[in-house]
Amino acid sequence: MTLPMERHVLVVFPHPDDEAFGVSGTIATYVKQGIPVTYACLTLGEMGRNLGNPPFATRETLPQIRKEELLASAKAMGVTDLRMMGLRDKTVEFEDDEKMVKMMENLIADTNPSLVITFYPNYAVHPDHDATGRAMIRAIRRMPEVARPTIYALAFSNDSKEVLGEPDVVHNIKESREEKMGAMRAHISQTAWMLEEMDKRLADGEPEAENWLHYERFYTYNFNKDFE
Amino acid sequence: MELVNVEQLQVLLNKFANEDVYIHLETTNGAYASHFDEKVFNAGAFIRNVMLQYELGKVAGEAPHRVGLKLPHGWVYAQGITHFELDEHDRLLMAGHDQSGKLAVALQISKTPFTY
Repeated sequence: MTLPMERHVLVVFPHPDDEAFGVSGTIATYVKQGIPVTYACLTLGEMGRNLGNPPFATRETLPQIRKEELLASAKAMGVTDLRMMGLRDKTVEFEDDEKMVKMMENLIADTNPSLVITFYPNYAVHPDHDATGRAMIRAIRRMPEVARPTIYALAFSNDSKEVLGEPDVVHNIKESREEKMGAMRAHISQTAWMLEEMDKRLADGEPEAENWLHYERFYTYNFNKDFE
Repeated sequence: MELVNVEQLQVLLNKFANEDVYIHLETTNGAYASHFDEKVFNAGAFIRNVMLQYELGKVAGEAPHRVGLKLPHGWVYAQGITHFELDEHDRLLMAGHDQSGKLAVALQISKTPFTY
């Protein structure tokens, strides 16, 4: 599937691996279409719980491991503009709200995106996800309507479909399946258990597993149904 | 990290007593606990780079162990400690990992601040 042309795509998530599950196929597709993509990752997932037993890392060595995984994932997707924003996992919602909006405004000013991909506030489960989406939507809301980039928002809370309906944007990313698997594998410290389960489900021919590797789904953010 | 060796860990706890130390203490059942199972009550807490002095540190019980630090006016306590190490920066890292390899509790002691 060829995606509609974009001037620049800005992707903003709080944790390394957030991009892998739901967006890496889309990112790889844009890159292959020659569209510039910037991926800003707010933290290094310092508080991740997967440390193994026996442990392969400690609370203090995990950030370096996840930083290298993030670099490998960017490489797998073909992203050359990767920005690490230096916040700490779990603390995004406690940063000063204006500082967070300013961070997003700076990213927008720097990249002049026609499309922004982030989390849908209140429907993204992890408090860092909600806080990231919230800051980005506030930043874009302040722009004149005609200058605003389109926002593709990711929602996966248990009540998201009930409240928001089905996602209106569906990308067939079958042709970027390898890149998506590459991004998933890059974050192996966090995704090992999931990949193992997925391999089993793929081997069993479960359509849902195939489905996950073929489609990525987003909500076009609508300021007429603003979250606040 | 190694499985807790009570004698070795006790020696290390003694080494940091009665000195200014930075503490990282954390317990968690994961940010997604109640997303995957709505019956789970999501709770967790962490403090990082809080400076204190303890007068007595002890590791207690069979594995998984408990570690308690007695302060002049209070306590630091962690339950479920399975692993420990003195890392290359001479920081005492203790952690409890569940059967699936997920961290459930961490208690770390250092003479220098931990990174941000």
